[in-house]
Amino acid sequence: MINAKQSDKVATGVIYSFVGIVILILVAILGYILVVGIPHISFNFLTQPAQSFKAGGGIRDQLFNSLYLLVLTLIISFPFALGSGIYLAEYAKQNWITSTIRTAIEVLSSLPSVVVGLFGYLLFVIKFNLGFSILAGAIALTFFNLPLLTRNIEESLASVSDLQRDAGLSLGLSNWRTITRIILPAALPGIITGIILSAGRVFGEAAALIYTAGQSAPTVDYANFNPMASDSFLNPMRPAETLAVHIWKVNTEGVTPDALSISAGASAVLIIVILLFNILARWAGKRIYRRMTATR
Amino acid sequence: MDDIKTNLTKMTQPGQTESIKDSLTRPTKATHQDMMGKAISYLCIGMVSLLVLSILYFIATKGVATFTTNHASLLDFLTKKNWNPGMLDSHGHPQIGALPMIVTSFSVTVLAALVAAPFAIAVAVFMTEIAPQKGSKILQPVIELLVGIPSVVYGFIGLTIVVPVIRKFAGGTGFGILAGTIVLFVMILPTVASLCVDSIKAVPLYYRSASLALGATRWQTIYKVVLRAATPGIITAVIFGMARAFGEALAVQMVIGNAVIMPKGLISPASTLTSQLTTEIGNTTMGTLPNNALWSLALVLLLMSLVFNIVVRLIGKRGRIK
Amino acid sequence: MKKSSLVSAPILVAGLGLLLAGCGNSNAAKKTDNSQNQPKVTAVGSTALQPLVEQAASDFQSANKGTNVSVQGGGSGTGLSQVATGAVTIGNSDIFAEQQPGIKASKLVDHKVAVVGMAPVVNKSAGVKNLSMAQLKGIFTGKYKNWKQVGGANQKITVVNRAQGSGTRATFEGAVLEGAKAVKSQEQDSNGTVQKIVSSTPGTISYLAFSYINKKLQPVSINNVKPEDSNVVNNKWKIWSYEHMYTLKGKSNKTADKFFKYMLSDDVQNGLVQKLGYISIHDMKVQKNAKNVVTDK
Repeated sequence: MINAKQSDKVATGVIYSFVGIVILILVAILGYILVVGIPHISFNFLTQPAQSFKAGGGIRDQLFNSLYLLVLTLIISFPFALGSGIYLAEYAKQNWITSTIRTAIEVLSSLPSVVVGLFGYLLFVIKFNLGFSILAGAIALTFFNLPLLTRNIEESLASVSDLQRDAGLSLGLSNWRTITRIILPAALPGIITGIILSAGRVFGEAAALIYTAGQSAPTVDYANFNPMASDSFLNPMRPAETLAVHIWKVNTEGVTPDALSISAGASAVLIIVILLFNILARWAGKRIYRRMTATR
Repeated sequence: MDDIKTNLTKMTQPGQTESIKDSLTRPTKATHQDMMGKAISYLCIGMVSLLVLSILYFIATKGVATFTTNHASLLDFLTKKNWNPGMLDSHGHPQIGALPMIVTSFSVTVLAALVAAPFAIAVAVFMTEIAPQKGSKILQPVIELLVGIPSVVYGFIGLTIVVPVIRKFAGGTGFGILAGTIVLFVMILPTVASLCVDSIKAVPLYYRSASLALGATRWQTIYKVVLRAATPGIITAVIFGMARAFGEALAVQMVIGNAVIMPKGLISPASTLTSQLTTEIGNTTMGTLPNNALWSLALVLLLMSLVFNIVVRLIGKRGRIK
Repeated sequence: MKKSSLVSAPILVAGLGLLLAGCGNSNAAKKTDNSQNQPKVTAVGSTALQPLVEQAASDFQSANKGTNVSVQGGGSGTGLSQVATGAVTIGNSDIFAEQQPGIKASKLVDHKVAVVGMAPVVNKSAGVKNLSMAQLKGIFTGKYKNWKQVGGANQKITVVNRAQGSGTRATFEGAVLEGAKAVKSQEQDSNGTVQKIVSSTPGTISYLAFSYINKKLQPVSINNVKPEDSNVVNNKWKIWSYEHMYTLKGKSNKTADKFFKYMLSDDVQNGLVQKLGYISIHDMKVQKNAKNVVTDK
């Protein structure tokens, strides 16, 4: 027989070793991608357009497209997710309609991305005549973002203590003002985490974009700031290949002799970009949080 | 604050044309604000529901077409083992037996979840009960990074590392359910772990204090109190991870071998619903049976994730901490 | 109280987004009104043909300012069904429209822009460099299970077929299997994935377009004919197909016509086409029809 103290030690040891294995796996994956990829990153790699059959192509356009797509996707999906999150956390009654809406939104998150891609293609690219465009891609990605963001915002709002709500209401503020001026700022850190996670999903998504944002990156003019001009880099109606789609393409149909090194380098760049985005979002989130809640 | 002041001044100002009764019963600025706010949030949820309904309707109509317009048999679809929608069998029926894919999808998903659960729980316990500060500082950012890696990169790593290792130690070609399970395990681990953390964090602190005050060791507290109280949340996390695994395509497709055969073991090539869907859909023509049959696969996926979700809700309802 | 609000900003932005979407919509709608002369051409379909058309389109656009040719993938089936409904201007395909079920080929105009040769490839460990056509057929129909049976190493044969309905598979089965049914096996969609699997898995056999064959793979000769361009042009090497670009009959588009002319010019056929590993359509001494019948040109 082992006594409680011994089993405590054994269990702690088991947990430590499990955690160790997980950390080992995660670090190994990240390390593998970075170690294999970083030697291929150079100034040229980041600033040259891609080549379709010669070696030495870069990822300039793809990198920019990924970022631009992320911005557009967040512009479209964040307001809806915010409104829905507020509804679910603050206004929704506990009845079958609410739980149906909740279930429907969550079912979205496990749809295979190729299905969402084809749906986006038939509806937005063809029916609504958006063509292969960043905008169509951003709308398709909204389908992935909504479940994640809505759920996250709802949970962050719900986790704010009811004392805060009571305080707001007792000051004579309207319910809406209480939500927007007191609850939302207090829930901000959680919401930022949601944005970061969904940004990761946007950066990493490929299958849904192949049919919506397209998989070719036409040459664009980075000096043309008129979003209506067809060769402007800001035009949301142009087709755009993102970094993840580019990685997919060189891996599956690439005929460039250096396909492997492009794929490795691009994966490493992707991880670094996500890392930078996370740091930036956390920093910005902290600043806004301080300003809005007056905490030091 | 301003609003209250203005309201107060309005009410107390003498000589105003309206009576006090009027100003008290008239909707105030705050009421209007509230209405507007409510309208905005209702509008948003309405839009979101519309989006969701449209995609669900779209997949449902396309998926049902196999059985209504092409008159294929639903029973064949669910029980036969031959998948070759472009050809007819000896009786003149289209070969749309999706059973091997359904079985494989389930095996891969359940296995991945079974492997991932203990690891995820261990990580969550570590991050919340044993070393909360160190844990969240290191693991949180790593988890956020891993979500952003494109699945094709996971697939590629699986193809260059996991498959050869399996081939060496277990024999066969290395492609199969085992390889798929390992890749999916790594892919869903971050999701499941972070959801487990949330549910363990939600266990009130006084549960732990009470347990420790009774003289229980840390492990006894974790095992008999914290984990028990967090069980519904943990089950939710695992099922959520399963739903993720069920829908994953590109990575699994590269390591599972993609052969529509009843899996004979963990290391024989097989094919999941999603991998078959992704491989074939570009090569079929809209409106034909092979295309519709693929949409039926999507419908199966949809229904399955619906079932997962309903299970999650039931567990959540049953086991809520009171 | 501060007027900066966390809520109003996103809502404003959302409005802007919708406005943008609206603008895009009306722009696109305007463009389709005068579809006869529109400078914008969209080509969708075959992923195997995509690198060639994409590069050619980018050269074409820099030579003809103001034109816009956008090239996307999606697969041959997608390309054919979308061009048939008129949703896109050009449908790229690896196979004849006649061979794709559910497509009314009589409504489409075929533009053959290149020829692609395909070869069986095996992992180097199989120890096979040449096979007879009958042996190859036997392997893919499941008659031979071990490389020993066809003169190779004592190793199990693992067949990696291509996706059902893909152009590559249709071509290969048309030339090799002659109507026999392929053995149930692994299937992969893309050339790149097949390349990786065959080069890393002992005992595997599959087939690839010439341009994807690299040093890590062993290409297989059939009846001692080597898989080379010079053998394809006179049909000594039987496994080849055209790359097609389809348009809808009666819906002419000036930019598209100009682009086809450019694709068939000697500049592209002798330059880009060969650099990317295809065979020039002008070099062919034979021709093949949709029923796989080969005649002298």
